[in-house]
Amino acid sequence: MSEPLLRVEGLVKHFPVRGGWRTPALVRAVDGVDFEVRAGETLGLVGESGCGKTTTGRMLVRLLEPSGGRITFEGRDITHARRGALRPLRQDLQIIFQDPFASLNPRHTVGRIVAMPLQVNGIKPAGGVKARVRELLELVGLNPEHYNRYPHEFSGGQRQRIGIARALALQPKLIVADEPVSALDVSIQAQVINLLRQLQRELDLGFVFIAHDLAVVRHFCQRVAVMYLGKIVEVGDRDDIYARPQHPYTRALLSAIPDVNRLGPTGRIRLTGDVPTPLDPPSGCRFRTRCWKAQEICASTEPELVPRDGGRQLTACHFPEKGDLA
Amino acid sequence: MSEQQVVAQAAVVDGAGGLEPGAVPAGGKEFVGRSPGQLAWLRLRRDRVGLASGGALLFFVLLAVAAPLVERLYGKGPLERFPERLDRNGFPLGYAGVDAEHWLGIQPNLGRDVFIQLVYGLRTSLLVAFTAALLTIGLGILVGVVAGYLGGRVDAVLTWFVDLTMAFPFFIFCFAFIPVAVNQFYGVRDAEATWFRPMLLIAIFVLFNWTYTARLVRGQVLSLREREFVDAARAAGAGLGHILFRQLLPNLWAPILVTFSLNVPALITAEAALSFLGIGILEPTPDLGRLISDSVDFIREVPTFTIVGGTTLFLLVLSFNLFGDALRDALDPKSTR
Amino acid sequence: MLRFFVRKLLLAVSTLFAVSVLTFGLFFAVPNNPAELMCGNGKVCSPERLEMIERRMGLDVPVPQQYGSFMKGIFAGRTIGEGDAARECLRPCLGFSFRNDEPVSRIVGRTLPVTLSLVAGAAVVWLLIGVSVGMISALRRGTVFDRLAVGFSLVGASMPILLFGPLLLIVFVYETGWLSYPRYVPITENPLAWASAMILPWLALGFLNSASYARLSRAQMLETLTEDFVRTARAKGLPKATVYGRHALRAAITPIVTIAGLDLGTYLGGTVITETIFGFTGLGKASLNAAINLDMPVVMATVLLAAVFIVAANVVVDALYAVIDPRVRLG
Repeated sequence: MSEPLLRVEGLVKHFPVRGGWRTPALVRAVDGVDFEVRAGETLGLVGESGCGKTTTGRMLVRLLEPSGGRITFEGRDITHARRGALRPLRQDLQIIFQDPFASLNPRHTVGRIVAMPLQVNGIKPAGGVKARVRELLELVGLNPEHYNRYPHEFSGGQRQRIGIARALALQPKLIVADEPVSALDVSIQAQVINLLRQLQRELDLGFVFIAHDLAVVRHFCQRVAVMYLGKIVEVGDRDDIYARPQHPYTRALLSAIPDVNRLGPTGRIRLTGDVPTPLDPPSGCRFRTRCWKAQEICASTEPELVPRDGGRQLTACHFPEKGDLA
Repeated sequence: MSEQQVVAQAAVVDGAGGLEPGAVPAGGKEFVGRSPGQLAWLRLRRDRVGLASGGALLFFVLLAVAAPLVERLYGKGPLERFPERLDRNGFPLGYAGVDAEHWLGIQPNLGRDVFIQLVYGLRTSLLVAFTAALLTIGLGILVGVVAGYLGGRVDAVLTWFVDLTMAFPFFIFCFAFIPVAVNQFYGVRDAEATWFRPMLLIAIFVLFNWTYTARLVRGQVLSLREREFVDAARAAGAGLGHILFRQLLPNLWAPILVTFSLNVPALITAEAALSFLGIGILEPTPDLGRLISDSVDFIREVPTFTIVGGTTLFLLVLSFNLFGDALRDALDPKSTR
Repeated sequence: MLRFFVRKLLLAVSTLFAVSVLTFGLFFAVPNNPAELMCGNGKVCSPERLEMIERRMGLDVPVPQQYGSFMKGIFAGRTIGEGDAARECLRPCLGFSFRNDEPVSRIVGRTLPVTLSLVAGAAVVWLLIGVSVGMISALRRGTVFDRLAVGFSLVGASMPILLFGPLLLIVFVYETGWLSYPRYVPITENPLAWASAMILPWLALGFLNSASYARLSRAQMLETLTEDFVRTARAKGLPKATVYGRHALRAAITPIVTIAGLDLGTYLGGTVITETIFGFTGLGKASLNAAINLDMPVVMATVLLAAVFIVAANVVVDALYAVIDPRVRLG
């Protein structure tokens, strides 16, 4: 098997929180995450808010310093690489942000925003920066004549396109998309997703697509990883995950997707209780406090993320579910 | 084009964009983007008080800059004396000495022309205030941006320093400091160089003023640095310099401009006050505060002299304050007064 | 809560310490030996006489030691000089004036009441005028009164006391002769004469300050009026007077109290311009005169006193704030 584009092993991020004069407590935002992304592959990273998916994404592009574990990109260990060493890598690894209103500098023109990565890295494209920016704007479906306008003159969807153009400026191989459509109107979401899909195919981009909702991911990702409280509980090919989810949490998430084809009582699984605090996660399986199948072993032994039925689907559960989703 | 139209057009582009990359919307003409700065300018131009005060301000600045030219045209210098226009007691002849030759009259005792003294006094006042304000802002921006972005210990030291200067009796300290500093450089008996007092005043003003700007800028940076466009620059590999001065600074211009425009009148007032008390600008440099101080000795006999000097100071400060308010409203349309 | 106050107190103490060290440093930054100054400007001073003065003033020991004994003198009193030149200086000892050997504490005792009378009366004027004008114009937003009030606060905030003070003198003393030029009389001696001497300075300082208070209280009141709890109170059917008088006013007044406290602290340290214009010798004027004569013991005492006032006002305001507004305690 060839070397994957991105490999993440045992990635950990703990945030210290100060509480009075006591010793700082740790928020275990990400607590041992493993996954791989191959060139041109799209991985969806799904979970409720607060499960650590955004933190994971930010560590990948090194906006956050990992507390432990390893990130390997094209065979090079980049976990703690400094800025100088990261430079060549920056061009291959870019990020799209969630909030199209906060992610564009309101005082810069669109042209300047999109050209920023080129400028910062001292890249002078053939034909000039301006031509390249126009090309990029056209690529994401914007009028290249809008070069001299300011972000406040655009709608949310257009702004997100500008953010995408900026991420593409360095011709990356992998893009971390941090909930790129969750701040947009539903009607605009589909357009942006379509654009990303089209770009992914044309440019053979790899994606780590972070989302809190499984419905969006389904249209975009070849593989899906489900996170819960700082850990991946299940990862596998899209069709397997959606058709035969093995982890109870994945089942619960999928049952929450509204579906016009399933009218009437749908067997929706309602999770009870709140997500436990990452300051003091439950022992053993983290999901056990909300799981209807939990037994003693779940509290004492942490289930490993391994294939449960000999296939490519990995599940961290002592009592995996079997069979297709009803 | 109104803002609503722009947004409407934007929505059209968005709708078409996904299907037809690069499609030019109906109309096809090239748009001119309006920067936030241009929008503020448009708003300012609609504000009548802002325009009037801005005009007055411009007039004062021009008068100060062109003082030597005014002297040429007016035909009298600020230190020139006209003893023939005074009576035996040293009071100006006629009504405060006003006539076609001396537009605002004659100073009692010294016999100088009041108008040209005011013009040169403006020059001193504005020079000190502008220089001090510029240095204050520069230092404040530098420290505020760095402390705000880096946080931690640098920030803690700055915060302590700001709190310290806020609890410092500035005016009283000036009394203690200025005579001592003069004494340090010149001793009791030597004559001071004319540039020394203005420099000293500027230095003191900057020393006590920069912390306010630094605190303001720090606060802004604290909120801005969490914004994703800063992360975007970092993810693209930008260094500290680029982030601080290319990404953050352009977003700080609005509050900085407002602070600056409100700082200048405060400094003008402070400079006039110190000169009024005799520890600011000295003879022979013309100065508004000292002119008022001189005039108060003759307030019973020649009240117009005091009124003319005081009114000039008042109008100067007023025009700056009004313009500063208008600027704030223009830059931040959400703010209400 | 406790942490908040500990932090504030630490800051207050460190500020006072910094001010005292700075002024004490200035004292010795004067290149002329203070003893030389005492000997008289321009005159040649014999070395014997110089040494005598130095010993008499306790200037012959190292500077840090002098600082220590200065601080000790404030809290416990001390003996200045030694042998036949020794002088007893009772607590709070601030030293002796270089000019006439008068104890500095007596100078302060003489001038502080002047400043105190001035500031107290002016504060009453600016709070009465400022707050009521601001509140009324907020409640009658958009009316002629409101416009006039806004105009008044804009113009008043830019009016320098250098113009307004002399203007009052011209109008009330020189042109109409309604009042005579003020001459300070202690309140204990003749309260009526005290008040009539103070009325112009009160007006000058009070009226000018009321402009910014009007502006502040108008803005505060307008903001409070749009808050949910005020709207809720109105919707509940409470009478207008109750809502505005009891609910809104209380919420709006907190920042005004803060600013007023800080202003009082600043002014108590000396209102030198007002004092100069109206010919009073208050704390500020005494400080200015001393500074011009390089009479450093007096300068040091007045600067320190001013700092104590400001710092104390800060602490009091913080404490008040924490009591009035429970949200602060969490900070």
